[in-house]
Amino acid sequence: MSAAPVVLAASSATTVAPIQTPHVEYSSISPLLIVLGLAFAGILVEAFAASEARRRIQPVLAFAGFAAAFIAVVLLHSRRATLVSGALAIDGPTLFLEGTILLFGLFAVLLVAERRLDSSGGAIVASASVTPGAAGSTAMQTSKEVQTEAYPLLAFSVSGMLMFVASNNLLVMFVALEILSLPLYLLAGLARRRRLLSQEAAMKYFLLGAFSSAFFLYGLAMIYGYAGTVRLGAIADAAGSASANDTYLYLGMGLLAVGFFFKIGAAPFHSWTPDVYQGSPTPVTAFMAAATKVAAFGGLLRVFYVAFGGLRWDWRPVIWGVAILTMAIGAVLALTQRDIKRMLAYSAIAHAGFLLVGLAAANTDGLSGSMFYLVTYGFTTIAAFAVVSLVRTGDGEASDLSQWQGLGRTSPWLAGIFAFLLLALAGIPLTSGFTGKFAVFQSAIEGDATPLVVIALVCSAIAAFFYVRVIVLMFFSDPPADGPVVVTRPSLTYATVGVGALVTLLLGVAPQPLLDLASHAAASGFVR
Amino acid sequence: MHTVPWLTILLVIPVAGAILVALLPKRASTLAKQVTLVLTLVELVLAVLATIAYEPDKPGFQFAQRYDWIKQFGVSYSVGADGISIVLILLASVLMPVVVLASWHEAEEGKRGVGAFFSLLLALQAGMVGVFAATDVFLFYVFFEAMLIPMYFLIGSYGAPKEQTQRSYAAVKFLLYSLFGGLLMLAAVIGLYVVSVHQLGHGTFDFAALRQMHIDEDTQKWLFLGFFIAFAIKAPLFPFHTWLPDAGAQSPTGGAVLLVGVLDKVGTFGLLRYCIPLFPDAADYFAPLVLALAVIGIFYGALLAIGQRDMKRLVSYTSLAHFGFIALGCFAFTSQAGTGAVLYMVNHGLSTGLLFLVVGFLVARRGSRDVDAYGGMAKVTPVLAGVFLIAGLSSLALPGLNSFVSEFLVLVGTFTEYKALAIVATCGIVLAAIYVLHLYKRTMTGPVVHEENKLVADLSLREKLVVAPVVALIVALGVYPKPLIDIIRPTVTATFTDVGHHDPAPSVPVAGVTTTGGHS
Repeated sequence: MSAAPVVLAASSATTVAPIQTPHVEYSSISPLLIVLGLAFAGILVEAFAASEARRRIQPVLAFAGFAAAFIAVVLLHSRRATLVSGALAIDGPTLFLEGTILLFGLFAVLLVAERRLDSSGGAIVASASVTPGAAGSTAMQTSKEVQTEAYPLLAFSVSGMLMFVASNNLLVMFVALEILSLPLYLLAGLARRRRLLSQEAAMKYFLLGAFSSAFFLYGLAMIYGYAGTVRLGAIADAAGSASANDTYLYLGMGLLAVGFFFKIGAAPFHSWTPDVYQGSPTPVTAFMAAATKVAAFGGLLRVFYVAFGGLRWDWRPVIWGVAILTMAIGAVLALTQRDIKRMLAYSAIAHAGFLLVGLAAANTDGLSGSMFYLVTYGFTTIAAFAVVSLVRTGDGEASDLSQWQGLGRTSPWLAGIFAFLLLALAGIPLTSGFTGKFAVFQSAIEGDATPLVVIALVCSAIAAFFYVRVIVLMFFSDPPADGPVVVTRPSLTYATVGVGALVTLLLGVAPQPLLDLASHAAASGFVR
Repeated sequence: MHTVPWLTILLVIPVAGAILVALLPKRASTLAKQVTLVLTLVELVLAVLATIAYEPDKPGFQFAQRYDWIKQFGVSYSVGADGISIVLILLASVLMPVVVLASWHEAEEGKRGVGAFFSLLLALQAGMVGVFAATDVFLFYVFFEAMLIPMYFLIGSYGAPKEQTQRSYAAVKFLLYSLFGGLLMLAAVIGLYVVSVHQLGHGTFDFAALRQMHIDEDTQKWLFLGFFIAFAIKAPLFPFHTWLPDAGAQSPTGGAVLLVGVLDKVGTFGLLRYCIPLFPDAADYFAPLVLALAVIGIFYGALLAIGQRDMKRLVSYTSLAHFGFIALGCFAFTSQAGTGAVLYMVNHGLSTGLLFLVVGFLVARRGSRDVDAYGGMAKVTPVLAGVFLIAGLSSLALPGLNSFVSEFLVLVGTFTEYKALAIVATCGIVLAAIYVLHLYKRTMTGPVVHEENKLVADLSLREKLVVAPVVALIVALGVYPKPLIDIIRPTVTATFTDVGHHDPAPSVPVAGVTTTGGHS
């Protein structure tokens, strides 16, 4: 990893001769430590437990670990400080986003642990190293074995996300970016069915992700060249004082933004999203769509509010442009999709655009609105992908839209819930999608971004069309003779769908508590 | 005195009913129908009681209730009734049992649930009551949008049985048009909220509070347009109407009655309730445009209706013409025209509702909406033909029937302000006579052209029960509209007075007009 020499260079530049060991506030970073500990414990289980035992221990361990970390976040709720010599920050937004990521992690564990999807069980491959088409690769599909490394990988990724939203320092942020990304590249290649598609997804994600990391790192170097520091607060001070060469600052800001835009799937850096979402195992897709978006947005918000907060008149036009492009591309290209996972991927792109509208607001309401939106979107999208994993044909998920015809007739409840989730994604009132959009758009109008909001609403109307099209297929068409089967009694997935749909409803009908929490978290702002 | 929370009760019954009926076991389809019918009858009784309890001369909203809902946004659950909303709630409650009874065998032969159909009807009723009762703009918006979903499924799942593609096309077109308008309105709603933050110091959606604000004219124009386009799509006004013929033709009969009879009134109701009082300057500014669209709609709708062969489309286009009259009345800014417009909303709900019912019965017998499939039906089905004629005559505003009073009020009220427009619009009545009588002539009179029509049965007892109350109301309101006018007029007058529009020649013509209606 090329990060190592840079770390040395940076620390020799910022600290004076004898290197002081930083003071580590263990209790304040306990969520991160718990998840990291969980990841290492998971590896030990992989090394020492038998395969049968692993399949039983890993999910329980992961679930308990994420739950413990979530409790730690709750216990820390009033902490506001910078930690580890200013490398990490603990403040309202951090804790809010960490809690959100951990909740999504819990649901991801439930989905990955689902074993009743078909005769073999699970969405995760039996042995990832068997190449598609090789001898024994078809036997792999029905094998009872499971690549249980998925759980520690998930834990590593979550730990990276927790660190990413807490980083108060661009270098730490870069390290966190890599920790969260590398396990995801691997996880993307673990689909049990359609191995080739899955491996292609992993490869694409890795290559493009590496590119974006390079952009991020290059931007970091530029910023360092400009400000002489990688600490967000110090960058803001340097940018505030009238100094000589702004070119490095703007170059660095742009390159960092490219890295972030890639991770959140904003246009024109979105092209990986549909391929990766389609190829990855559906539980992983759900996790990526929800948690990665939270983490990447958390980092984006922190950098733009803290480090570049004084430059908002410079970056707001760019965010406007990217937001418009992202919403338009997401909404329009989703219209042409034939595959349900690709359609949801474009929907994710459109939603990234809506979130950027909240960033364009550049005010406290925008911050709380974006955080609220992330929660609402995450729960809805996890539940939606969970439903996708339930509708299957003989050879895996029935991902082609034509196979969803008449589902409302054959399994009315599941189709009804999916329709509800789609309406939430479209932003119909009495669903969380509406409250989220309202929170974001309201802050944007207050932040003098009315034209942007009007464009966003037009894009919502376009987006509504493809959500509605799926509902039309499910309810107004007759089911084909050899239609897909809905899996019976996959309790873990049912639980995920149920909770996701319930939260979608609750946040649509009674959003006050969470809105309070988000605005409380945002009101105290970012610590520097 | 402790007031009865009429509106909340009227809202809770259909919501609870919708859930209850949806949860009934699939086999209990008769039970689902019975439960729905009983609930809608209870709702009707309560709505009548509420209307009786309503005191027309008291200013402001009555039966008002207010509870905080989303404090962060200043959103509250607040409901209240004024003269306009109470009569529209009453209209919805009158039509509901009629529709339920008319749809008794709907969805039976289909593969889709009977319970779901009636559950959707009840959900729709909840939306209709909510949208008229809300006095919080956010709450209004929520009902406005949420109401689309049951209607969408009614058209898409239970509409014209043999035309799956056109049916889902109509359903999607309906949903997207309304959603698009709704989203523009959302932008305006948020804009209004932001203005309230600047002016009142705290954001609110409370209608009474928003009304107190003084918005500068440019902002008013933009916000007005946001609301107006949504309502113009909903009503619908020319040129936003193209979804209506499709939705009207493809809906199940009961759905069409509610869609055109009540749902579309939300648009014209919104014009009167929100567009004019909240943005008075913009309303003045845009009034010529709206009036022009209204008059174009009167002629355009009538001409297209004359040319239709599909009976349901024909009735839909006649509605477009009627909505032209209503919009004309709303934007003439005189209390007669405004009162006439509101009365028109009620009358149109009854007459077009009846027209859709009769056409629906006819179509159900022969399975064709084509005018040419009929002819001479009066010989075979005399009762049906008679009701058809009454509905048609009401639609063309024959004196003595309900629509005449409202159309006359609109035209007289418009004449005092815009003479030319009133005269032009009056010519629209001639076209109305053409489309109604031409339709009647082609379907009902003359010899029985098609052999299979000779075996068609006349209205059954159930169907007679369905049409009887509507026919009775059409005649009663034509002869004695005073009770409704008494409820409507104070609110309309207050609405226009508040925004600075006083009638040019006050008391004499108003009194004269009212009595004209009474004696005709």
